[in-house]
Amino acid sequence: MPRIASYALSLLVLLAFLGIGRLISTLFGLPIPGSVIGMILLAVALGAGIVRERWVAATSELLLRYLALLFVPPGVGLMLYFGLLQEAWVAIGVSVVVSTIVVLLLVGSVHQRLEKQ
Amino acid sequence: MMTGWIAVIGGAAGTVALFLAATALYRRTRLFLLHPVLVTITTIILLLLIAGIPYEQYNRGGRLISLFLEPAVVALGLPLYRQWPAIRRQARAILMALVIGSIAGIVTAAGLALALAATPEVVLSLAPRSVTAPIAIGISEATGGVPALAAAVAIASGILGAIIGPPLLRIAGIRSPTAFGLALGAASHGIGTARALEEGEAEGAAAGLSIALMGAVTAALLPLIVAGLFALFALPG
Repeated sequence: MPRIASYALSLLVLLAFLGIGRLISTLFGLPIPGSVIGMILLAVALGAGIVRERWVAATSELLLRYLALLFVPPGVGLMLYFGLLQEAWVAIGVSVVVSTIVVLLLVGSVHQRLEKQ
Repeated sequence: MMTGWIAVIGGAAGTVALFLAATALYRRTRLFLLHPVLVTITTIILLLLIAGIPYEQYNRGGRLISLFLEPAVVALGLPLYRQWPAIRRQARAILMALVIGSIAGIVTAAGLALALAATPEVVLSLAPRSVTAPIAIGISEATGGVPALAAAVAIASGILGAIIGPPLLRIAGIRSPTAFGLALGAASHGIGTARALEEGEAEGAAAGLSIALMGAVTAALLPLIVAGLFALFALPG
């Protein structure tokens, strides 16, 4: 398959799963966004052999290689909330920093301990 | 409008160019504080503030990039599928770790805010800190928080966790790739997953799964836990 075609096909497959995911999220009023449901469905479809790996590989690997870049524009959007964050910055700062560290260490160590057993 | 288009392309191309430069700087220095996402975001915010350009105008170009965010989350299904045999073997350990992590995330985020006398709106916006921004928005809408603040807090947690996460986990002796990825996905969601993918596919797949499971578990448990915390702090003395 020519490279451009494999990028086009894999983007279409990803968009199709995004569409299905969004539909399920809306229909059932789930708090989980369509993209996350689409991710699970894509893994299931690959496992069941409904979708072949080479149908999705090209664009998936490209997007995942530059995943961090995609978060830059929403991250710049933090500047819109400086006022809101400033209002309670001590509570917000302490809560975010401590909670992030606790979750990191707890999830990592609990899983590693249980995995060894 | 010719100039409009130049601004759009400029915003998008400028973001990509800055990110590539920041990545090159990070590779050369290996300083964890110079994480490319943090450097790029800080630089752009400073440039916009100095030039007096509003975010909305920058984001006409920025949107061309974040447009691919949702398809990229779907694409996480690929590493999840490839790593499925390993994940399935550890299903029990993964679920246990994430349920404990979800509860601890809600209790620490909301509990500390309550202890520091934050308003109920702020507490309810902080409580879903351990889930990805779009899920945090949904949860805070349902519980009475401020969705914009919940999203800002989730993104800030993402940046923080992606930067301090890997060195912290190494110091704590977490060497299992699955544990590493689960922790990064749980504490810092999408940006943490991007960081986990830099370590390897097993780490990336675990982080993607972590986002999904943390979202589901937190959405289910949060209302009850937060109600309990409010009751506890309302007790006299």
